[in-house]
Amino acid sequence: MHELPVTESILEIVVKHAKQNQVSRVVSITLEVGELSDLENEWLQHYFDYLSKDTLAAGAELKIQRAPIVLKCRQCGHEFQIQKDELGLSDCPQCGTAGDVSLVSGRQYHIKEMEAI
Amino acid sequence: MEEIKLIEIKENILSDNDEAARQLRQKLANEKTFVINLMSSPGAGKTSLLLQTIERLKNELRIGVIEADIDSVVDAEKIRQSGAAAVQLRTGGFCHLDAAMVKTGLDGIGSKDFDLIFIENVGNLVCPAEFDTGAMKSAMILSVPEGDDKPLKYPLMFTVSDVLLVNKTDMMALSDFDTAALRKRVHKLHPEMEILEVSAKTGAGMDQWVDWIRRAIENFS
Repeated sequence: MHELPVTESILEIVVKHAKQNQVSRVVSITLEVGELSDLENEWLQHYFDYLSKDTLAAGAELKIQRAPIVLKCRQCGHEFQIQKDELGLSDCPQCGTAGDVSLVSGRQYHIKEMEAI
Repeated sequence: MEEIKLIEIKENILSDNDEAARQLRQKLANEKTFVINLMSSPGAGKTSLLLQTIERLKNELRIGVIEADIDSVVDAEKIRQSGAAAVQLRTGGFCHLDAAMVKTGLDGIGSKDFDLIFIENVGNLVCPAEFDTGAMKSAMILSVPEGDDKPLKYPLMFTVSDVLLVNKTDMMALSDFDTAALRKRVHKLHPEMEILEVSAKTGAGMDQWVDWIRRAIENFS
């Protein structure tokens, strides 16, 4: 639902790196977004196309990689991956402790890399 | 044909906001102003709960409120009538507040003249969870009619909040809300979350909530 401000931020960072690397056009941008985020790929691209029109990044394709949700059991230290709909339901698969976990991964909002000419 | 270069970026998209929030928290700490970010879905009772909270604390603390309800001045008016200061942020349909918008509100109200400021975030359980507002603590309100399954649907919100207020407990008898199931679900997501049952309407549980605020301020200063 907040794809617009997030897209503005992506564009700003991408244009900065494009200038630093003296490229003339950005072809694709790879993002790493955690599964816990509710960003919609389609809307991201839609807003990006709109905002980037008159920039070096016009027409660039957004490649979105979803980073899995990883929890760490605070009793035994075991790290395990779960699906979003299993949050709040799963016990530690190693020691069986219920609900004593910290979030290791799943909230990322990173720009990994871009392809440019 | 031109060669395609792969350029490594490795930047956090939200780093600007995270940095703005960090600076804001530092500024507020210097001013000795404690800020609580209040989040819930629309209609969970943020404004009623605030009015009841102000009533109980107004003789000991200077309280201000930053209102972010979408394009309405109704809530800010109600707050002003309660005796606290309020500023209305025109969020123009924005789904959440970010640190820059909060800073505008804090500057507008003059944050250094207050001991406690509440941010009434936009009514929404999704977007506000992703943006650090610069507040010291985040409180979430879940009202009984919304159901005890919300932690399963909006896990991030339950992960980022420090305290959960279960509001409208006066309606418990009319619903099949299962408090024990809710507690279990919340604690699986966030073992340290404090859960307080309140009714802004009857005043039940409100003393525990204002005690929680007093303790939070004490630990901060």
